Amino acid sequence: MARAAFFVLAALATGSALGLILKKNAIHGALFLVVNLGSIAVLYLMLGAEFLAAAQVIVYAGAIMVLFVFAIMVLIPGKEETGPDPRRAYRLLALPLGAALLLLLGGVVAGRLGAPAAAGAAGDAGALGRLLFTRYLFPFEVTSVLLLAAMVGVLLLARRGA
Amino acid sequence: MVPESYYTALSAVLFSIGVVGVVIRRNPLVIFMSIELMLNAANLALVAFGHRFGNLDGQALVLFVMAVAAAEVAVGLAIIVAIFRVRRRLSVDDLSLMRW
Repeated sequence: MARAAFFVLAALATGSALGLILKKNAIHGALFLVVNLGSIAVLYLMLGAEFLAAAQVIVYAGAIMVLFVFAIMVLIPGKEETGPDPRRAYRLLALPLGAALLLLLGGVVAGRLGAPAAAGAAGDAGALGRLLFTRYLFPFEVTSVLLLAAMVGVLLLARRGA
Repeated sequence: MVPESYYTALSAVLFSIGVVGVVIRRNPLVIFMSIELMLNAANLALVAFGHRFGNLDGQALVLFVMAVAAAEVAVGLAIIVAIFRVRRRLSVDDLSLMRW
C-alpha cells in the first residue's frame, strides 16, 4: 500500500519536474512546480516528517510560489524563448550530461542499497522544536538575521531609481 | 514500508532534472524554479537519511534550507526585476556582464 502510494507520488513528482523544464510557458512551469512541491510534501508525511510537510506547503507552495507567479505576471515572459537559440550546441550537450549525472547519482544510491538501516522512531514536531532550540539554537538565530538581511536587500533593489 | 533508497533514488532523478533545466532554459525565472527543484531534491534526501538513521538532524537542516531558499528567492527575483527594468527583456544569454 505504502509502496504503491510512493510510486504514484514519485511519478507525479518526476512528471511535474519534467513539465517544469520542458513547457515553454513560465506560468505553466510554476504550476507544475506547485504540483511537484505538493507531492514532495506528501513524501515528507510518509517519512514521518509532519512539521516539514506543513512547512513545505506553507513556505514553498504558499509563499515562494506566490512570489514566483507574481514575478512572472509582472515581467510577462514567454516570448523570450522563441527566437533562434544562440547556444544550441551547448544545450544539446545538456541531455547527455544530465543523464551522466543521473547515472552517477544512481550508482551512489545503488551502492548503498544493502546498507543496514538503523531502527528507531525519528520523533514528532515537538522533538524537532526542542532540537532547534537546543543544539541548533545559533543557526536558528542566524537564520533570522539572514531573513532580515534579505528583506532589507530586496527593499533596496526594488526601490524606484535604485 | 518503502525503503529509504527509493526516496534517495527519486531525489537523484529530481536533482538531475533540475540540473538539465538550469542548462537548457533561457528564461531566468524558469532557471530559478529549476534551482528550487534541486533544493527540494536535496531536502528529500536529507529527510530520507534522517528517517533511516532515526534522528532529527536531517529535518532541522531541511528547515534551514527552506529559510535560505526563501531569502534567496526574494533577493533573486528582486534582481531579475531590476535587470528587467533596465534592459526590458529577459534572457540569460544577454546577461554576460555583471553590470548594465
